Amino acid sequence: MRRGQAWGVVLGLLVLGALAVLPLLPWVDSGYAVSMAINLLMYVVLATAWALFSGSGGHVSLATAAFFGLGSYVVAVLGGDMAWPWVLACAALACALVAAFVGLATLRLHGVYFVIFSFGLAEFIRQFVIWYEANVSGSVGRYVFLDISQAQILWQLCALTLLLFVLGWWLVRSRLGLAMRMMGDDELVARHCGVNTTRAKLLVFAFSAVFMGLAGAVMAPRWTYIDPNIAFNPMVSFQTLIMALLGGASRLHGPLLGVFPLVLLFEYLWTSFPNHYSILLGLSFLLIVYLLPKGVLGWFDRVARGGPA
Amino acid sequence: MKHKNFKTWLLAVVAVLGCASPGRAQDLPQEIRIGWAISRTGSYAGGASTTVIPNYEMWKADLEKAGGLEVGGKKIPVKFFEYDDRSSSEEAVRAVERLISHDKVDFVLPPWGTAMNLAVGPILDRYGYPHLATTMISDRMPELRDRWQNIFFFTLTSSDYAKGVVDLLSKMRTEGQIQGKVAVVNVADQFGIEMVKAGREALVKAGFQLVYESSYPMGTQEFQSTLSEVKRRQPDVFLAFSYPPDTLALNDQARAVGFNPKVFYTAIGTAFPVFKERLGANAQGVLGLGGVSAELPVTRAYRERHRQMFKQEADYNGSAVTYATLQVLAQAIAHTRSVDRKTVSLDIRTGVFDTVIGKFRLKNRIWSEASLVGQWQDGVFQPVAPDQAIGVKPIHTPKPPWKP
Repeated sequence: MRRGQAWGVVLGLLVLGALAVLPLLPWVDSGYAVSMAINLLMYVVLATAWALFSGSGGHVSLATAAFFGLGSYVVAVLGGDMAWPWVLACAALACALVAAFVGLATLRLHGVYFVIFSFGLAEFIRQFVIWYEANVSGSVGRYVFLDISQAQILWQLCALTLLLFVLGWWLVRSRLGLAMRMMGDDELVARHCGVNTTRAKLLVFAFSAVFMGLAGAVMAPRWTYIDPNIAFNPMVSFQTLIMALLGGASRLHGPLLGVFPLVLLFEYLWTSFPNHYSILLGLSFLLIVYLLPKGVLGWFDRVARGGPA
Repeated sequence: MKHKNFKTWLLAVVAVLGCASPGRAQDLPQEIRIGWAISRTGSYAGGASTTVIPNYEMWKADLEKAGGLEVGGKKIPVKFFEYDDRSSSEEAVRAVERLISHDKVDFVLPPWGTAMNLAVGPILDRYGYPHLATTMISDRMPELRDRWQNIFFFTLTSSDYAKGVVDLLSKMRTEGQIQGKVAVVNVADQFGIEMVKAGREALVKAGFQLVYESSYPMGTQEFQSTLSEVKRRQPDVFLAFSYPPDTLALNDQARAVGFNPKVFYTAIGTAFPVFKERLGANAQGVLGLGGVSAELPVTRAYRERHRQMFKQEADYNGSAVTYATLQVLAQAIAHTRSVDRKTVSLDIRTGVFDTVIGKFRLKNRIWSEASLVGQWQDGVFQPVAPDQAIGVKPIHTPKPPWKP
């Protein structure tokens, strides 16, 4: 193992250690710290799930908000009528189905076409939900009155993170993970080697969508009121993407290294410069992509090789 | 019923005791901390910066000039905290959590709009903060009031506003000013749908003939084909349950296609200053949602101050009400000589306050003396219905044809 990689692993372990402490927070502080931790874990789940599909396969997806929103919408629709685990199961199922359906039709797209398509998908789902709610249910916004405390949301997110890392770790080491990496390098070669590329992509796409949807479902009880504009907020897609890119999307623990600094940075910018936040946010996006095109992990690798920092 | 009465009495007694107890100056804090999270950016920024933000800034300036809030005859300096919720529920929730547990504010001022107020409702309730909801219109208000003990409403439900229009139309028909043909359009979000549902029911019940009905997605700016179609059906009355951008577009484009019904109603944004700037003389006769009379001397003085401070007029619906709620909060603090949220909330429930819209008193935590329908009359948006609204004026009909 090269020195840079070793550093990456050490940092990753440190961050994982921090993650292990988060569930204890509600006993120390009930308010703001818990809300910060919830925000952090939400992006850990989203960015890691994003990187599982986009990092190795090379398909940059802007559809995060579509699945996140779908998950929260399922809660808004079913939350009052079913036991909570069933609601979560329905959210996961809905996301898996949509991802499979959409994936079948579109995973043959590449590069910029897929980026635009995935962005369009989020917009399409949002408009479809608006149309459906307005014309069929006769009410666009929905109220979510569930007795789920902030601490419970935090614990659910912790469990979700843990599950995602365990399954992700297994996935990366499985034949499927190998196939994804191969396709990331050269899809044609992969196909010649007998990899069923569409099937592999479809499975991983659905896997990542399920986790994004579950994150949305877990978060939904934080808002009393949900409408499509709230649930399918495109900023979620952008922030997830930039966090994963900063950390490094090629490895499972990579996005973690991006989520932690960026959540803290965004929080600092937001509280210190409330009136210029959006400008600073855009600027930080530009700087990250310009200065660290391969993310923190790539930077470590380069330093280890003795290249320019 | 008896139980309820007893509760009211108990509240009154507690409130009176709170007022009567001698000021405990030693308990008073060194400073009072007040914060808010509001949409400075994003899709709600337009409404927030018209109706709410100028009033928060004006109040802040007033308090800074006065040396702080008065508590027990003593001025206590106020420290303000502000965050931008970027028109996102999640950000609004986090901002209010930060205000409460990190900045340790004594009071939180509400955000703009139904969605944002609903998002922060549970947190404010959990920590017992009074929630003075000024820009939130929902049919579930009675249910929310039962759920959150410290929420106060300064608007009515969507159905109230829709029925207000239909009652006005019925009256006009009785007086022979209009016949029975009505066309309705609505924005396809919660507000528009609640409005159109209640409106349709009331119209049918009152025996009006609906000659056209359709909804349009939020953000729509192109209405010429719709309006041409509506024009072809020759309704006497055109009702649009709309939001600020579409309100302007509908008025502009009705002029463009030469659609001149006797009654032209658009909802949110009709009372905004930008409406008059954009339409000029063509604003004359257009009806809109809400309407707070600008004619009380106190209201006039407030509007003048607003104009000087921001080089922009206050809107004729939520602006003065928003400022009034801040006065309610300040006076409740002064009455009770306390920044204890429970005591202050109790006082807001039962107290009488002097505000820029006159004497102010809540009934069952709702203030409902503003009008349901207003109309532009000679450059001023006047309340025209219902008859018991403060400062109500007779309606001008028919609306004069659009000038080129």
